[in-house]
Amino acid sequence: MDNLLSIVTFLPALAALILGLFLRGGTEDADQNAKWLALFATSATFVISLFILFQFDPSDTEMQMVEQSDWLMGLQYKLGVDGISVLFVMLTTFMMPLVIAASWDVNVRVKEYMIAFLLLETLMLGVFMALDLVLFYLFFEAGLIPMFLIIGIWGGKNRIYASFKFFLYTFLGSVLMLVAMVGMFADAGTTDIPTLLKHEFASESFSVLGVQVIGGLQTMLFLAFFASFAVKMPMWPVHTWLPDAHVQAPTAGSVVLAAILLKMGGYGFLRFSLPMFPVGSAVMTDLVLWMSAIAIVYTSLVALVQEDMKKLIAYSSVAHMGYVTMGIFAGNQQGIDGAIFQMISHGFISGALFLCVGVIYDRMHTRQIDAYGGLVNRMPAYAVIFMLFTMANVGLPGTSGFIGEFLTLMGIFQVNTWVAMIATTGVILSAAYALWLYRRVVMGDLIKESLKAITDMTARERWIFAPLVVMTIWLGVYPAPVLDRIGPAVEALVADYQLAVAHGDGATQHANVSY
Amino acid sequence: MESIILFAPLVGALIAGFGWRLTGIRGAQWITTGLLLLACAFSWIVFLTHGPETQHIQILRWIESGTLSTDWSIRLDRLTSIMLVVVTSVSSLVHLYSFGYMAHDENFRDGEESYKPRFFAYLSFFTFAMLMLVTSDNLVQMFFGWEGVGVASYLLIGFYYRKPSANAAAIKAFVVNRVGDFGFALGIFGLFYLTDSIKLDDVFAAAPALAETQITFLWADWNAANLLAFLLFIGAMGKSAQFFLHTWLPDAMEGPTPVSALIHAATMVTAGVFLVCRMSPLMEFAPEAMGFVTFLGASTAFFAATVGLVQNDIKRVIAYSTCSQLGYMFVAAGVGVYSVAMFHLFTHAFFKAMLFLGAGSVIHGMHHEQDMRNYGGLRKKMPYTFWAMMIGTLAITGVGIPLTGWIGFAGFASKDAVIESAFVGTAGGFAFWALVVAALFTSFYSWRLMFLTFYGKPRGNKHTHEHAHESPGVMLVPLSVLALGAVFAGAIWYSSFFGKTNEVVKFFGGQYTAPAEDLVKEVAERSPKASKLKYVMEDVPGEAAIYMAPNNTVLHEAHYVPTWVKLSPFVVMLIGFGMAFWFYIVNPKLPARLAENQRPLYLFLLNKWYVDEIYDFFFVKPAMALGRFLWKRGDGNVIDGSINGVAMGIIPFFTRLAGRLQSGYIFSYAFAMVIGIAILITWMSITGGAQ
Repeated sequence: MDNLLSIVTFLPALAALILGLFLRGGTEDADQNAKWLALFATSATFVISLFILFQFDPSDTEMQMVEQSDWLMGLQYKLGVDGISVLFVMLTTFMMPLVIAASWDVNVRVKEYMIAFLLLETLMLGVFMALDLVLFYLFFEAGLIPMFLIIGIWGGKNRIYASFKFFLYTFLGSVLMLVAMVGMFADAGTTDIPTLLKHEFASESFSVLGVQVIGGLQTMLFLAFFASFAVKMPMWPVHTWLPDAHVQAPTAGSVVLAAILLKMGGYGFLRFSLPMFPVGSAVMTDLVLWMSAIAIVYTSLVALVQEDMKKLIAYSSVAHMGYVTMGIFAGNQQGIDGAIFQMISHGFISGALFLCVGVIYDRMHTRQIDAYGGLVNRMPAYAVIFMLFTMANVGLPGTSGFIGEFLTLMGIFQVNTWVAMIATTGVILSAAYALWLYRRVVMGDLIKESLKAITDMTARERWIFAPLVVMTIWLGVYPAPVLDRIGPAVEALVADYQLAVAHGDGATQHANVSY
Repeated sequence: MESIILFAPLVGALIAGFGWRLTGIRGAQWITTGLLLLACAFSWIVFLTHGPETQHIQILRWIESGTLSTDWSIRLDRLTSIMLVVVTSVSSLVHLYSFGYMAHDENFRDGEESYKPRFFAYLSFFTFAMLMLVTSDNLVQMFFGWEGVGVASYLLIGFYYRKPSANAAAIKAFVVNRVGDFGFALGIFGLFYLTDSIKLDDVFAAAPALAETQITFLWADWNAANLLAFLLFIGAMGKSAQFFLHTWLPDAMEGPTPVSALIHAATMVTAGVFLVCRMSPLMEFAPEAMGFVTFLGASTAFFAATVGLVQNDIKRVIAYSTCSQLGYMFVAAGVGVYSVAMFHLFTHAFFKAMLFLGAGSVIHGMHHEQDMRNYGGLRKKMPYTFWAMMIGTLAITGVGIPLTGWIGFAGFASKDAVIESAFVGTAGGFAFWALVVAALFTSFYSWRLMFLTFYGKPRGNKHTHEHAHESPGVMLVPLSVLALGAVFAGAIWYSSFFGKTNEVVKFFGGQYTAPAEDLVKEVAERSPKASKLKYVMEDVPGEAAIYMAPNNTVLHEAHYVPTWVKLSPFVVMLIGFGMAFWFYIVNPKLPARLAENQRPLYLFLLNKWYVDEIYDFFFVKPAMALGRFLWKRGDGNVIDGSINGVAMGIIPFFTRLAGRLQSGYIFSYAFAMVIGIAILITWMSITGGAQ
């Protein structure tokens, strides 16, 4: 199977094409068929993607399973995976069947809905596998369109505002990235990512209009990419699109957004910023670390006072992404291992939390925390599942949420104890807002009339949660499957980064990373 | 066998929690209890047969990242085996007791709601987490157990999920503990940063070097050993409810009483003491941190005892008593006699669990009435419970034959050992006096509890008193077993924990050696009675389960304190008893009058020094207000406001320009985007080609 990556990437798109061309929408049967086809396609994609996992050799830190061919206008089509990206691919293929299954009750424009999600999967997979700048950019940007439509068409009351906010924020960030990509092409003469990873971009300081730019071109490029990835993450203070997008998005949209789309920012930092512009990264490290620390405390405090469940979880996501950026820019093995682990684990946990909201939203059609209370009385199974993921969200040891948080904090402690301490207060705040949410929704006596007839989770809902429960606990108890796969690649990345920073230190003078 | 001890409770918890429909409610109860009894039997075998040497058992790889390498593993040494015995014994007895206590619960609709398997599952899960904590071979696994018991505690405090007060108490317990965990986690990070390992053996070996190392933390340079010991101790403060982080423990009494006995008296709350003893090789190199431990332990012992004097809820009295006794343990650890800290932990587990279970028996018999003002004269109605409580009270107040050291109830041996050590360790300073005064208060409030509950005339609801009844046998058996411990545990293990230095060192698996001559001279100068210093512990941190530096002679000197020091706890115990007798038997109107006369003081104590109110004012309310401010003003006005402002200024310009292109169909925008990208790519490839 020489085209394994392409098959995995484009299988969902193929299914979308079939849906679009051959399925006459409208009738109930047609809707049903669309759902089954989408479920089948995403499941098949997952099964085939397992071969990627099996073929992947963790000890090889180069790109693997590379596919390359010429494309239009002299551009190249090139896919490949390495230790940094392979698990994101797996996360995507793993989550998508669950997302489709969670959308079983959708009854508005079902065909288009499924097409949007299938296309989105292809584009997301493309982002994680693309080994060419232009290709990457295409996937990265095009992914906005289906998500924009998902929010805008199947979203809540205020969906138009939210979808435009989402679109403009992320798109404006990306424009700068595009400019930087042009600059990179001008400097390196290629758009091939593996080549660019080895290319040394100029880091001699220069001055623009009298302002000294430490780290020179690298810093400029870093900042341009940073604009895009920081919005995507999202980092404080450009995070405000996320709560709105989450609140308005349908449940499945929120799951994809939280579980996979947010990871593109972190992936981007690891694929581009750190290895390609190490000196620029080192110069900007302090800024990023402080932004992360502020994000953790700030958004946790904001989460504490939310009245809408989805908003609360959205803010909690921003806080958790704060750990990710902090870990990445700690620039050591524990930090980056932890950041990747945190992203994978957050995919399961936040996805599950949004599904938890979806379960009761489907029944009561409100996300207001006030509207609930005492659900445990009638929904014991739901209470157990929600409890598990609440605990995972607060980083309880034994769940996957712990490993990422712990490693990133351990990584940052070696670099900056102030940031470490401030970020560690996040563990207190997260416990406060998560448990308080749980208390208000699930605990207590069931006194609200409207809730008296609420029913516990259906078999379908339970089966959607089952894989997430398994992954959360399994990786919490035995994280080796993840850490073993990313370890060597991260080690190589860290080694290159440290070397480049030490090398570039002369040029940057006071950009000191060893503290 | 060790693995069975460890995992039997987990298996029980899973079966009871998820499989009770298959096993039935009775079945789930018996399976969990049976597995716990098995673990308990094995633990005693390990305790009595396993020598003092350290054994490591690997189970599974855990976190591996670069030089960080963590396993799931068991460390079996004397500290572990002591804790194994304590945890599994109390836990299995509490399981048994819960058969009776949880038989009918008014908080749940009997028959419809299956709360029993859930309760037993939580208890067993707690036991598992606690065993993970005490058997861990590295700090991260300990952290796992540490947070695991926190979750179990959260679940059990909030067991009556319909009660708002229980839910609030559960969250409070978890969050306050997290404050402690915050310090603990930073301590672990620091240890890893400096020693490149979080395995206990490596950390212990590096301890002497840490004492010579400076670490930059926040705004200053610190001595590494002191800083790390201090950070770890913050964790211990949270778990063991020491002053500043104690506020969750009294509220935790919202949980069912067996929970209070198991978690909030005998086991979980002693985890902090265990941590300090476990890290003794580090602590010995951190004199300033240890000074702080001593000071805070003594303060807590005193503070909690004062509050205990005036509480009316029977469980809250015992809760403050627990808080206070934990302070005793920290003082012992703080002055460097870890064996005595463990001794008090060991005996306290028995008599405090018994007091709680006895209180539970009273509450059970009185239809869930907890206010002692509504008790009275229950001696006749509940004779077994009365005698059990009596033994517990004799043990906690430290009744024994003075100057013999060990002939007496369990608390006599261990508490006197703590006080004598404190006298030596602080040269008769604050910690010593605080503990003596606390002992006076302990005696007073313990006897007050006894007199209010079992003596005098019945007060309160007549109906309740008429139906007051002795508890069933299944609840009395655990009481009798614990009574054995409360009576004999001190005398039997006296020499192991607080004997001669060589005995203690040997018990904990270390080697003893002759002291340096200077040291002998120094000790003789300080206290002539103690001049026969023959042995000190060998200077190999981490070899034994506890470590006492070769110049640490507190254990030796504690046996030779002046006679008045040895007598002081006994004397204050008598005074406390006499006062309680005077206040509650001879002249029962006196307390009310005193409370009236000394109203501010009374209110100050009754309201627990207003610590909760202070925290609410300084932390909880501001956090919420800040959150609201950041949300509405920060996110809303500043960030969105400025972005909207920019957008509103610039975008209309472009929209007017592009107005004609707008068709209103979303696909046309998408199409325009793709076209745009294609143009950009073209431009790029052209300019690229030009190079």
